Amino acid sequence: MKIKAKVKKEITKVKMLIKHPMETGRRKDQAGNVIPGLYITEVSASHNGQPVFHAEVGQAVSKDPYMAFSFKGGASGDKISITWKDSSGATETGEAAIK
Amino acid sequence: MALVRRTMKTGSGLILMALLALTAMAGADGVGQSSLDFKAMVQQDVHDFQAYYKKRFSRVEFSEYKNGVYAIDAASREQWLEMEDFPPYEFAVDEGEALFETPFANGKSYADCFANGGESIRQNYPYFDSKQGEVITLELAINHCREANGEKPLAYEKGPLAALSAYMASTSAGNVLAVLVPGEAAFQAYSEGKAFFYSKRGQLNFSCADCHLRVAGQKLRADITSPALGHPTGFPVYRAKWEELGTLHRRYAGCNKNIRAKPLAAQSRAYRNLEYFQSVMSQGLEVNGPSSRK
Amino acid sequence: MNVNGKSMTMNRRGFLGNLLKGAVCVVAATSLPRLVFAAWNEKAFKAETLDGAMSSKYPGLEIVDSTAIKLKAPAIAENGAVVPVSVKTDLPDVKTISLFVEKNPSPLAATFHLTPVNVADVSIRIRMGETSNLIAVVESGGKLHRVQQEVKVTIGGCGG
Repeated sequence: MKIKAKVKKEITKVKMLIKHPMETGRRKDQAGNVIPGLYITEVSASHNGQPVFHAEVGQAVSKDPYMAFSFKGGASGDKISITWKDSSGATETGEAAIK
Repeated sequence: MALVRRTMKTGSGLILMALLALTAMAGADGVGQSSLDFKAMVQQDVHDFQAYYKKRFSRVEFSEYKNGVYAIDAASREQWLEMEDFPPYEFAVDEGEALFETPFANGKSYADCFANGGESIRQNYPYFDSKQGEVITLELAINHCREANGEKPLAYEKGPLAALSAYMASTSAGNVLAVLVPGEAAFQAYSEGKAFFYSKRGQLNFSCADCHLRVAGQKLRADITSPALGHPTGFPVYRAKWEELGTLHRRYAGCNKNIRAKPLAAQSRAYRNLEYFQSVMSQGLEVNGPSSRK
Repeated sequence: MNVNGKSMTMNRRGFLGNLLKGAVCVVAATSLPRLVFAAWNEKAFKAETLDGAMSSKYPGLEIVDSTAIKLKAPAIAENGAVVPVSVKTDLPDVKTISLFVEKNPSPLAATFHLTPVNVADVSIRIRMGETSNLIAVVESGGKLHRVQQEVKVTIGGCGG
């Protein structure tokens, strides 16, 4: 995943781009078989260890999900950590410093 | 005319005749002159082509044509700007970079095949290789490099080859397209590409020029057609419809399918010559691939 | 996610203790401190109608139409696979923001849970299967504040 976090006038805006197929479970492959659903269900973020965002998402989110949120505070150099979990139970965590 | 007689033998004389007629219509004064004036003919084509769009979209700055339909349509431009703020193709560029830096089994690498180690060279493609007698596109050159080093060629429409092309394009951002027609044989290829652009095809009997020149900017069913000026600059593109990167020839094939014409194979001679013609016409524009499109 | 389970239990016990001691008052579930983010609401995400999704996600909450929410989405989506949407509001104490696509097979697209440090400004790219109403609801002050906009999704043309 890619994370861009920037603080401006005491508000930090965090943008994320997560590599994930977000299969809805409604598509068929060329042989006509349904491709099983596999999609992110939860995304959460923390700033210096404090929870600062949580999203529940589903099949209606585009492939390679993009999300952005903002919070008050945060300083240049602080760490933002983002974790996602998908319908198979897989998770991934990424980190970035606020610019 | 010696040029015409010569090309008549190759069977593309008809195309050249049609072409000369076209250039006559466009106001070029190359007809009836010796073959040394093809450079002037090409420049006249470029001038006429670009002047057409300048007149048609008087408020659009020339440099904006590298952005396709977003140069001329405010509503879709806004969505495009949001995509470009954090574009999905960033993953593919990283993949392309990793591929580019991985040596072949024989120890050599892509950098050994290209000028300047393969960096900042996208604007020189495609070019006419007089030894091989054909147009070489960047994608073709990538596979030539692979095969010359004992590797299997990659598929041309998408996947790793598109990622490599995207990476190489990204290192060339801001460079101005510099595709030239330096000789007679190159002019032949250019002319074939030009003829393709202006020829009607498919069950819908449209030419590239019909949608992207004549009615560019107007609604064709639910879409606004993009100006042909600048078409090649932003490739390979991430299309929302594909949900991934695709190359210019993938788009050509899709377009041909849409007008119910038989799509040609990516990197076929006809598509390479078309890309050559389109790139010459887009002279002076920056290369800005990869980019997002609908 | 980091949840300090111990302190949560303490807070709840203390709170309930006060309830028993003091006057009886009915406390709506939504006014409990949100130290734990809700886990994925499968029922709401799998609901196949807008009303079903709304009531699964926000049972019993009053819905009011609002002019205090800025919903940004294209009037005509370039492509239904990737529709950029953002929701911004100055309503106070926003607990959650949800997006629903009325005509999608599963209308609930996303729910954003906000903390007191968040600014209510979120963006996402969603899929829309066809032209549909896009509804944003902001949970604030125990109510759902709603705004909606039609987003046209076209298929075909010369999109290729």
